[in-house]
Formats: sequence, C-alpha cells, structure tokens
Amino acid sequence: MKKERKTKPGKSLFARWLDGEIEVMDLILDDTTQVRDPSREALKLKDTEFKERLDASPRSKEAADATRRRFYLAYTAVAVISCIFLIGVLLFAVSDLPRFGEENVMADAVVKRYVEKGLEETGAVNVVSGMILDYRAFDTLGESHVLFTALICVMILLRIDKKNMAAGYEDYYTVLSDRYYSLAGDNIIRYSGTVIIPIIFIYGIYILVNGQNSPGGGFSGGAVMGAGMIIFAAAFGFERTDRFFTARVSAYTTFVSLMFYSFAKGFVFFTGANGLGNPIPRGTPGAIFSGGLILPLDIAVGLVVACTMFGFYSLFRRGSIGGD
Amino acid sequence: MTLIELFKIILLVLLIVCAVAVNLTRSLLQSVIIFMTYSSIMCLVWILLESPDLAITEAAVGAGVSSILFLVTLRKIASEEDSRKGGGL
Repeated sequence: MKKERKTKPGKSLFARWLDGEIEVMDLILDDTTQVRDPSREALKLKDTEFKERLDASPRSKEAADATRRRFYLAYTAVAVISCIFLIGVLLFAVSDLPRFGEENVMADAVVKRYVEKGLEETGAVNVVSGMILDYRAFDTLGESHVLFTALICVMILLRIDKKNMAAGYEDYYTVLSDRYYSLAGDNIIRYSGTVIIPIIFIYGIYILVNGQNSPGGGFSGGAVMGAGMIIFAAAFGFERTDRFFTARVSAYTTFVSLMFYSFAKGFVFFTGANGLGNPIPRGTPGAIFSGGLILPLDIAVGLVVACTMFGFYSLFRRGSIGGD
Repeated sequence: MTLIELFKIILLVLLIVCAVAVNLTRSLLQSVIIFMTYSSIMCLVWILLESPDLAITEAAVGAGVSSILFLVTLRKIASEEDSRKGGGL
C-alpha cells in the first residue's frame, strides 16, 4: 500500500523528518539500546517463511485471495448495515427526547427542588456537585467502583511480574521496547516538565478541593492530577515515580478512599436519607470547608481517579504500576 | 442568528467532520490526533451548553489521558512492526 518515497538530495534533516523518512529516535539512540531476542526472531522468521512458501504456489495464493476478498466484502456489508441500524436507533431515541431548554413536566419537580433547595440542603454553591455527591451520591459511588474494576481488569490483562518475565518472550520484548522508546532522557521534555508539572498539580488540587464552589470536583481534579503524574513519568522516567507511587501505595489509596466513601455515605443514608443526618456542619457556602461531606468525598473520588489514570498509563507502558 | 449560534453550528459541523474523518483516515496516528481534536471540540460544546464540569473532564480524560493511552499502544504496535519488517507507523 505504501508509496515509494522520493528523496531529494538537498533536503534538510527537518524536512526529511516531516516527510516521515527518518525517525528522530533512531538518530538519538544507538542500536545497542535495542537488545535482540533470538528465540522470538526465530519464531518470526519461521512465520514469514511459511507465508512466503504459501504465496509461492499459485493455487493457494488464489484461494487465499478469494477468501480475503470475500471477507472484506462481508465485512463492509456488515459494517454498513450495523452503522445504518445504529444511526436509526439513535435518531429514533433522540426524537423522543424533550427539546433543548423546553419545559418538561416529568423532570421539572426534581429540577425545581434541586435548584431552589440545593444550596440550603447540601451547602454546595455548585449545584452539580451537590447533586452528584449528595442527592445522588450512590451513583458516584458506583462510578468510582467502575474505575476501580477497570484498573483491576487492565492489571489482569497487562501486568508483568517476575514469573511470566522468566517464562515468555512476549513480555520480555515489551519491556525492551519500552526502554527503547522512553523519552526520559530528552532535555526539552525534562525542562518543560520542570516548569509545567507543579502548575498542573496545583491546578488539579485546586479543582479537587473547590468542587463544591466552582465547576470541577473529584473526577475532573483527579483526572488532571493523573495527567500530571503521567507527564512526570514521561519526563523523568518511572524510577522517579516508583519512589513514591508503587502498586502497594495505589492499592491502599484506592481501598481507603472507596471504603471511606462507602462507609460515610452508608452512614448518611442509614441515619437519614438525602443527607439529613449529615454529621459534618455545612459551613459558610463558598468557603473551602463547606458542604459537609462533599469535600472529603470529592477528595476520595479524586484519589481513586488519579490512581486509575496513572495505573493505566504505567500498565500500558511497562506492564506494572511499580514496586515489583 | 446570533454569533454564538453560528459558532455552535460550526462546532457541530466540525464534530461530524472529525467523527467521519477518524474512520476514513488510513494512518492510525492521524486517526488518534483527529480523535483528540474531536474531544477538544466537544469540550467547547460542553462549555456552550453551560456544563463546565463536563468540559474540564472531557479535556482531561478525552483529549488528554485516552489519547496518551492510544499513542502508547500505537508505539508498542509500531515497535512490534519495526522488528518484523522494518516499517514505521
């Protein structure tokens, strides 16, 4: 499929990189960084030879081509049909929704209550926070657990421990390729990271603790902090993050946060639904320490989200969260 | 038609263009970048719909973290492909 690329003799290095002829990483790193794995390469060579032998005989090539053509035809047909079906279903569902901004009797009673009594009952200026962490805190509890479950699933699929490092060549290669493509030594990323990472963390914490006063809260603040951790790991390497963030720390943080959320909200629901039995005073609306349970719950959700985000990145990159 | 409405229509058209372009682009790297653009436009749409909470989350998760995960995965695939036949993305 690829077109042959023409190389003009007078082209600059930058122009060649722009056209995709050279990779910057190949210039920076020497070949010794990429260690070869003989057993895997032998396997691949065998695979290639088998394919070549298959292609060499005209009859098998014809049959393979016919199968491939039939597969692509069926694939296209199924794709088009399912796409049209999905679009039809979605349009049908949308036509049933009330128009944007229109009055709706069903939703109005709930909305009226939230808008009029939200500040008084939850102590949160940002009514969205009051909703997701007070009136409907049970929803958010489920969402946090979904994130936790997702992290566990990624861990099951991608985690590399000592046992399968010794057994399989596949994982060995993954680790090597990560080392090959690591950008941790790059000066541009490191120095811009030095400037930008503290700002990102402060911004994330600001969003997190101001969830009840301004837009933001647990999910957004946690995601920003997780992104900051990812940039930190990309700029300075995983050795630095391993010093303070390991799989053990991640597990304890997530566990404590989720347990705190479950018990706090369970207690509130048990002693009086809708936050009536809120044990923490609501404080002055607009202050950071206001909104009763909303601030601690925000922090709990934010920690879970940050751990999940960084855990995803770390597991994708090197198959471990750290510390093992 | 006010300026804001015009802006909204432009954004929505861009959303559709991005959504179609993601599917029709051959290069996976370009698809990921277009997908990132989609999330950024969606972030603006959320702000226009007066839900800044969602906008922040969309920018951090949609345009940031998920794109990074895609790029990391692409890097992994590319390194596998490299060792097989010596081609890039």
